[in-house]
Amino acid sequence: MEAFTTHTGRVVPLRRSNVDTDQIIPAHWLKKVTRDGFEDGLFEAWRKNPDFVLNDEAYKGGTVLVAGEDFGTGSSREHAVWALQNYGFKAVISPRFADIFRGNSLKNGLLTVVLPQPTVEALWELAESDPSVEVTVDLVARKVLAPGVEAGFDLDENARWRLLEGLDDISLTLKDEDSIAAYETRRPAFKPLTQQL
Amino acid sequence: MGRTLAEKVWGDHVVRHAEGEPDLLYIDLHLLHEVTSPQAFDGLRKNGRRVRRTDLTIATEDHNTPTLDIDKPIADPVSRTQLETLRKNCADFGVRLHPLGDDEQGVVHVVGPQLGLTQPGMTVVCGDSHTSTHGAFGALAFGIGTSQVEHVLATQTLPMAPFRTMAITVTGELPDDVTAKDLILAVIAKIGTGGGQGYVIEYRGEAIEKLSMESRMTICNMSIEAGARAGMIAPDETTFEYVRGREHAPEGADWDAAVEYWKTLRTDDDAVFDHEVVIDATQLAPFVTWGTNPGQGAPLSESVPDPASFEDEGAKLAAEKALEYMGLTAGQPLREVPVDTVFVGSCTNGRIEDLRSAAAVLEGRQVADGMRMLVVPGSVRVALQAVAEGLDKVFTAAGAEWRHAGCSMCLGMNPDQLQPGERAASTSNRNFEGRQGKGGRTHLVSPQVAAATAVLGHLASPADLSDVREPAGV
Ligand code: SF4
Repeated sequence: MEAFTTHTGRVVPLRRSNVDTDQIIPAHWLKKVTRDGFEDGLFEAWRKNPDFVLNDEAYKGGTVLVAGEDFGTGSSREHAVWALQNYGFKAVISPRFADIFRGNSLKNGLLTVVLPQPTVEALWELAESDPSVEVTVDLVARKVLAPGVEAGFDLDENARWRLLEGLDDISLTLKDEDSIAAYETRRPAFKPLTQQL
Repeated sequence: MGRTLAEKVWGDHVVRHAEGEPDLLYIDLHLLHEVTSPQAFDGLRKNGRRVRRTDLTIATEDHNTPTLDIDKPIADPVSRTQLETLRKNCADFGVRLHPLGDDEQGVVHVVGPQLGLTQPGMTVVCGDSHTSTHGAFGALAFGIGTSQVEHVLATQTLPMAPFRTMAITVTGELPDDVTAKDLILAVIAKIGTGGGQGYVIEYRGEAIEKLSMESRMTICNMSIEAGARAGMIAPDETTFEYVRGREHAPEGADWDAAVEYWKTLRTDDDAVFDHEVVIDATQLAPFVTWGTNPGQGAPLSESVPDPASFEDEGAKLAAEKALEYMGLTAGQPLREVPVDTVFVGSCTNGRIEDLRSAAAVLEGRQVADGMRMLVVPGSVRVALQAVAEGLDKVFTAAGAEWRHAGCSMCLGMNPDQLQPGERAASTSNRNFEGRQGKGGRTHLVSPQVAAATAVLGHLASPADLSDVREPAGV
């Protein structure tokens, strides 16, 4: 996984709540068997509308998506995270994320930052009045900084450490192979098996 | 202090606990399908890893599979590649697979329970958010992303941060014409699509205890639509009876040991939930959604709400956008909303009881002129049972299409899709924009409401059919 320490980039203001994963990446894109090439599917239906923010030249190249609450609801598709990253986003800010989406983001090094609605509103207004304005998302200091905005955010210490170091979860877990094997010897015999080996 | 059901199941699966770190949880059953697994198998290959427990892993094909002409090559080359990729991955890594054409194929969340692989007190995961379905057995079951799928394949464990607990107590009994689907839609409308965020919900109370296993699965299935990590129901005699005798159910002494353990899986009297919600079952009525998220619903007897009536700014804006997308106007009675497509199926309502109740409404009746009704059993086993009971004949005689098992129009990854502007009454779980096809509009309903709507051509419940003719054999 890519490590995340701090990132400075322009804001894309997405004034919508309940941005579900079917909007982020529609189901027909899920037939691909790779982790890349999803950028054209990102918000595909909304991008048909010329007024949609991603179609506005002024926001091209923005890397920090700022959205309303309940971002990433719905399906468990990690493709939603890949699509955002393939498009170029490094961080997403919202007052509330769906659990699975948030977990998927952290696994891929896409930082999700929870900020209260008024701060989100302030970032929207800032980016709408001046699309060239830059925001810094600093995971080391756990702060979001933009002209006139300075907001701290929480992230559980363990997740933060994994992100900062860009650690691979599977290698970490495999260090515990002995505990896993020990647990397996304790498992009750009545638990089902899908096949006899 | 006592523990909740969810805390007990969690506690029994902790492989490693360390302060300030997520618990490492052991996973009893890992379900796979074609959509969220290819990149995970790729990861294993790249790192030279194997599947740790192929005997706790099972795969089926469901999202991409066609529901017509299943003996012919799949027309869409991308869908075909994805299915072929799953077949190759399962063969290479030794995973049991039920492909299209197999008698055990079907929607992954229908297949697990019917094989008896889903049992109380287990941890069950799948790269699919509706894994919450399996919580109906008193299992801790949750959807995971593809990176986590790879993690479980490689280690049979998952590092998981602790959850909060919520009790949803449903008091009294559901009225006769109110189903589990109406109940869960009402729950989501009440607590909102983010209301369950971070929680494992335990559904309890008299109304829940009286539900069949299939209805309990409908409830737990849609926990994710309330934003919850998982939904659970304490196992009881209804659960044990459902599991008993199934292919993978324990037998003999194992059965006795299992039941003894399962009986301990109840929330202790002195356990404390982080949040509690109480719902009076007797006040519920058939429920439908009018918007583009599952929380935007109302009783069928009501009208499309006025966005101005929402106090919260965000909810107001969301309602405005939803009405625009759905082509509805505030104040329009929901019963007068015309519908051109009806879909009965999915992991929410594609089991045999769902098909029976839709068939009971359709028996001796005809779907309305110009109405397209698809009936898609959740699995091949469900289809075989329905055929044995003659339900397929009831559907086709009424003018509905009887299809092969799969996810189908629940998400339209196969050819079963809505056209732009088409409006469906659907027994599935998501009414997101374009979910069932680009520009398609979805109203979430129960199987009974779906069938009545098919007959009348507008949103309706079986009670509205009394003037058409008395239903036979109900
Ligand atoms: S039936 Fe629908 S919700 Fe269920 S697994 Fe298939 S696509 Fe997902």
